[in-house]
Amino acid sequence: MNDHVIIQLEHITKRFAADHNILDDLCLDIHENEFITLLGPSGCGKTTTLRIIGGFETPNEGRVLFDGKDITSLPPYKRELNTVFQKYALFPHLNVEENIAFGLKIKGKSRDYIRDKIRYALKLVNMDGLEKRMPDQLSGGQQQRIAIARAIVNEPKVLLLDEPLGALDLKLRQDMQYELIRLKNELGITFVYVTHDQEEALTMSDTVVVMNQGYIQQMGTPEMIYNEPENAFVADFVGDSNIMDGLFIHDELVEIFGAKFPCVDKGFGVNKPVDVVIRPEDIDLLKPGEGSIDGVVTHIIFKGVHYEMEVTTPNGYEWLVHSTDMFPVGTKVSIHVDPFDIQIMNKPQSEDEEALGVDE
Amino acid sequence: MNKRKLLSLPYLIWMIGFTVIPLLMILWYGFQGKNGGFTLEHILAIGRPEHLGPLLVSLLLSVICTVVCLLIAYPLALILRKAGLKRSSFVIFIFILPMWMNFLLRTYAWLNLLDDGGLVYVFLQKLGYKGNIVGTYGAILLGMVYNYLPFMVLPLYNAMTKIDDNTLNAARDLGANERQVNFRVIMPLTFPGIVSGVTMVFVPSLTTFVVSDLLGGRKIFLIGNIIEQEFSTASNWNLGAGLSFVLMIFILLSMAVLNHYDTLGEEDDG
Ligand SMILES: Nc1ncnc2c1ncn2[C@@H]1O[C@H](COP(=O)(O)OP(=O)(O)OP(=O)(O)O)[C@@H](O)[C@H]1O
Ligand SMILES: [Mg+2]
Repeated sequence: MNDHVIIQLEHITKRFAADHNILDDLCLDIHENEFITLLGPSGCGKTTTLRIIGGFETPNEGRVLFDGKDITSLPPYKRELNTVFQKYALFPHLNVEENIAFGLKIKGKSRDYIRDKIRYALKLVNMDGLEKRMPDQLSGGQQQRIAIARAIVNEPKVLLLDEPLGALDLKLRQDMQYELIRLKNELGITFVYVTHDQEEALTMSDTVVVMNQGYIQQMGTPEMIYNEPENAFVADFVGDSNIMDGLFIHDELVEIFGAKFPCVDKGFGVNKPVDVVIRPEDIDLLKPGEGSIDGVVTHIIFKGVHYEMEVTTPNGYEWLVHSTDMFPVGTKVSIHVDPFDIQIMNKPQSEDEEALGVDE
Repeated sequence: MNKRKLLSLPYLIWMIGFTVIPLLMILWYGFQGKNGGFTLEHILAIGRPEHLGPLLVSLLLSVICTVVCLLIAYPLALILRKAGLKRSSFVIFIFILPMWMNFLLRTYAWLNLLDDGGLVYVFLQKLGYKGNIVGTYGAILLGMVYNYLPFMVLPLYNAMTKIDDNTLNAARDLGANERQVNFRVIMPLTFPGIVSGVTMVFVPSLTTFVVSDLLGGRKIFLIGNIIEQEFSTASNWNLGAGLSFVLMIFILLSMAVLNHYDTLGEEDDG
């Protein structure tokens, strides 16, 4: 990733019906060599954003810049980027080799060049030897690799990937995540990646853009998104979390369910209602009376690396807790949280602000 | 006998009764000489001028009819594909509607329109056209195209709507302009539809005798008319069967050629 901005979305608004904006005044800078991921729930406008970058959709308002040039109304075939579609969209009438060669033939490349490129691309996606297969003779994972190979042989500056791993099973998905990262590093190009899987977004990206209802909720490194969510939506969507109503007593002290918790945040006012986010792995379970608030373990499941527990406090709230130590159901415990693990957020004033979130 | 075989029994009986036996009968009559012996006489009779002429005219007319239908139906299917399902199914309905009328009636209706005093006839006279319309190749061609066009539209439209939008977007993404998208993706993907449309138009128009009977004005005879006459008025079943057999060979050959192109279509390099 470097400082050069390769794609710029300027105040993009898109609507299919007059009264409802699918994307609303969306601004986004994509840097060269960045692995940027659009993350958000189904229907939030991720694919639409990607289609606008790819040229398959024209925004109602706003501009798309590529290397500083306005490409808003440039047809897809003139754009220096390639797309890996959500359902791969291989050409069913062409075999693997011909699928990969499609773009190169259109550009009138020589036979030798095309042959070398096919070999190189198939090696890159670990698919050599399957040149003559038809798409319907390939597994989902294999089709996926061919779709990627078909795109990258054209040496695009930017590769757009729309939930490329969505249809694969968990194990294969994880393998492919590593392969995609390797691929990106080998090619040294920009990846714009779309997913609704937060774990995938955090694992792979340099930058994560969390979207909801056509707005950008937060944008930043995976660490920033995870550790410092800017609003309750991001906190809830990215990773497990406890999101609770709190009262900001004064600087560095917040009250949750009547119990006082020291924190590190300042400047939220005095006796102000706030949202408090605590990640389940940041909660320590101590002996009764030793922590900030007492409760009883009401549920426990083994998750492999850790135990996932629910601790119910007297007000009835069930705290989600991750711990490597086991506390059987019925154990009386006390909840302790280190001050810097408590995240304080302003409550949204209106529904609109809730969707809008905070801009960069 | 297991259930699967039992289920297929009616079809088997149907096939044997209405396809295999008639075929064998055509072979039987077609190769049967005067004293019941084997002869090639009825097959070779196709070479006689009074048969060869109508055969060539039939071939020419049915090829033109097929091409015209294809030229009308293909762009239509392309447009309907873009228009979306709701609007296009209505248009398709309009195109199919004439098929609800009896074939013979439809052709009689055309005879009425084209004949002396008919609406089209009067109109063309006003435009300065002299002479009859009925009894021309044009009239027969019109009747054929009108009757067989739906058989081209339907399979093409079906093939066209099966193509996923993203497949076309993928082609555009890889640098194909609309013309290239058309020739390198849509055309090969709809080729099976083209083949079935061509088959369903070419075969009946090659063998028709109703259209030429009504619109040919007793002046133009197609191979279908010749065969029909041998079976009816001339009562020469042997000759009729022999000529039918030759016609069948022509159809099989043209199908073989089409299927050959079908597989060629998969090795795209246009
Ligand atoms: N062509 C269209 N016409 C009308 N509405 C559309 C069209 N394309 C998308 N939409 C609507 O726009 C919204 C955003 O769609 P989009 O495909 O961008 O969502 P997404 O974030 O990619 O979701 P998913 O994760 O399910 O793929 C949805 O509400 C969808 O119904
Ligand atoms: Mg999508």
